Amino acid sequence: MAVKQISVFVENRAGRLADITGILADNKIDIRALSIADTTDYGILRLIVDNPDNAVSKLKKAGLTVSATEVLGVEVDDVPGGFARVVSVLSDKGISVEYAYAFITPELGSAYVILRVENNLTAEEVLSDAGIKLIEQNDIFKK
Amino acid sequence: MFFQKDIETMSRKEMDAYQLERLRWTVDYCYRNVPFYTKRLDEAGVTPEKIKSVEDIKHIPITTKEDLRDNYPFGLFAQPLNKIERIHASSGTTGKPTVVGYTKADIDHWADCVARIVTAAGATSDDVVQISFGYGMFTGALGLHYGLEKIGAAVIPNSSGNTEKTLMYMRDFGTTALVATPSYALYMCETAKEQPFPMSDYNLKLGLFGSEGCTPEMRSEIEKGWGLFATDNYGMSELMGPGVSGECRERDGLHFNEDYFIPEIINSESCERLSEGETGELLVTTLCKEGIPLLRYRTRDITRLNYEPCRCGRTGVRMDKVKGRSDDMLKIRGVNVFPSQIESVIVGNEQIGGNYQLVVRREGFYDALEVKVELVDSSLLESYGAIEKLNKQLQHDLYTILGIRCKVSILEPKTLERFVGKAQRIVDLRD
Repeated sequence: MAVKQISVFVENRAGRLADITGILADNKIDIRALSIADTTDYGILRLIVDNPDNAVSKLKKAGLTVSATEVLGVEVDDVPGGFARVVSVLSDKGISVEYAYAFITPELGSAYVILRVENNLTAEEVLSDAGIKLIEQNDIFKK
Repeated sequence: MFFQKDIETMSRKEMDAYQLERLRWTVDYCYRNVPFYTKRLDEAGVTPEKIKSVEDIKHIPITTKEDLRDNYPFGLFAQPLNKIERIHASSGTTGKPTVVGYTKADIDHWADCVARIVTAAGATSDDVVQISFGYGMFTGALGLHYGLEKIGAAVIPNSSGNTEKTLMYMRDFGTTALVATPSYALYMCETAKEQPFPMSDYNLKLGLFGSEGCTPEMRSEIEKGWGLFATDNYGMSELMGPGVSGECRERDGLHFNEDYFIPEIINSESCERLSEGETGELLVTTLCKEGIPLLRYRTRDITRLNYEPCRCGRTGVRMDKVKGRSDDMLKIRGVNVFPSQIESVIVGNEQIGGNYQLVVRREGFYDALEVKVELVDSSLLESYGAIEKLNKQLQHDLYTILGIRCKVSILEPKTLERFVGKAQRIVDLRD
């Protein structure tokens, strides 16, 4: 029960983000969610795409430093307090979230949150026990 | 003003005769006391008897920094350690420094050499001199210290760092002369101007600068800022330290201490001797050193020799200010930095690629080194912390090997220019 996330190392230079996303566009890879945080000199771009394996190989071929990792995806009710509940369930069990980002699927009307935690399996268990719905790669691209 | 006028104004003929005698002594001394030279001289078929004139020095094989390093630490010492009174070292390219040793006589000669040069620059026993070179393994601070004590100046060994305290001593002690790198002298001036004390609180009249190059613009900036007279002096730890040559008040070349050192100029590619007045690499043979005598040592510094007597009355040879290097050594904040030192750190780290670039800038009046590397280990993308940790690790490793702090920039792979053949890894944006 996991979602494959791609991480790309990006220098803080004009046009770099356009270059990288351009490679995905040229290869007809669909981006569903992304997050980028930066320091003064560089950033890490994190992406959820419909064809992660293809995306990794195309970006590597372009000479970029890329990695793919399994992260957790959860469905939350698109109402105030929806995300707070997820986080409190985890923190009650002493699981800390390294980073997270959210997106909405217009088709299904629900909000998805991508979570990066130390141990996916433990977190999955905790979330399932609390009745929170975990999502898979396929769920994201269901139309 | 002269410190040893008889020597400093010797005629060419007298100096040649004296140098010949000392050269024969040095060759014989090296042959008998340093196995490395016994072998070298045997291979070249050179004996002291074969040295009939100073010109014959050209038959002696050249000594390089690699020779010193290959014999680390004491392999080229001509005396056992119980005869050695002091040990200094300079930074090396592979983490191993170049080590030099001084006998009691060497220390005394060194002080004489420096005493002559500071006297030529205008220092006297009336001066209060602050030494703002870092004391320690480098020869700069202690070399000037002993020479200035020898002329009877009041020496303040305040070392480098803590600029505000340095400035306080300068005001309170009425410091008249300053020993520093030119860039530090400028930095001190900038700092002084930011403080609430007027520049008239300072009494500096003379600058004895060395350990790094100084452009005419920088020199006039220092002179204007401090209202002092700036002079340049030259030396290197392998030869002794500061005191090999220095400027007089005419500032028309650096007077060589020819009774202690024979300078030659060679083509750095072919190693052929160049004729008088031509620019090339400086080779130096020591004439009196007992601890670690060196025959035809390659300084890697590019300069020119001028045998015309100087208006100041000194008759010996003068060298131009160093114009550059025949290797890729960089002088950063007065510290020798070889790209190969940096390379050893980079190649030793598997999280980054082997390609790198060094950028040197002048920030204000300070040299700043930036090392650009390329990230290859994708497992670090899991967190910023991992990349920051790599950056800190590289900074630490570079500091350990270079002795100076630098900025590390982590770039995407393949962003640095690739080279066919000899790589141009250095971008020097100073001046």
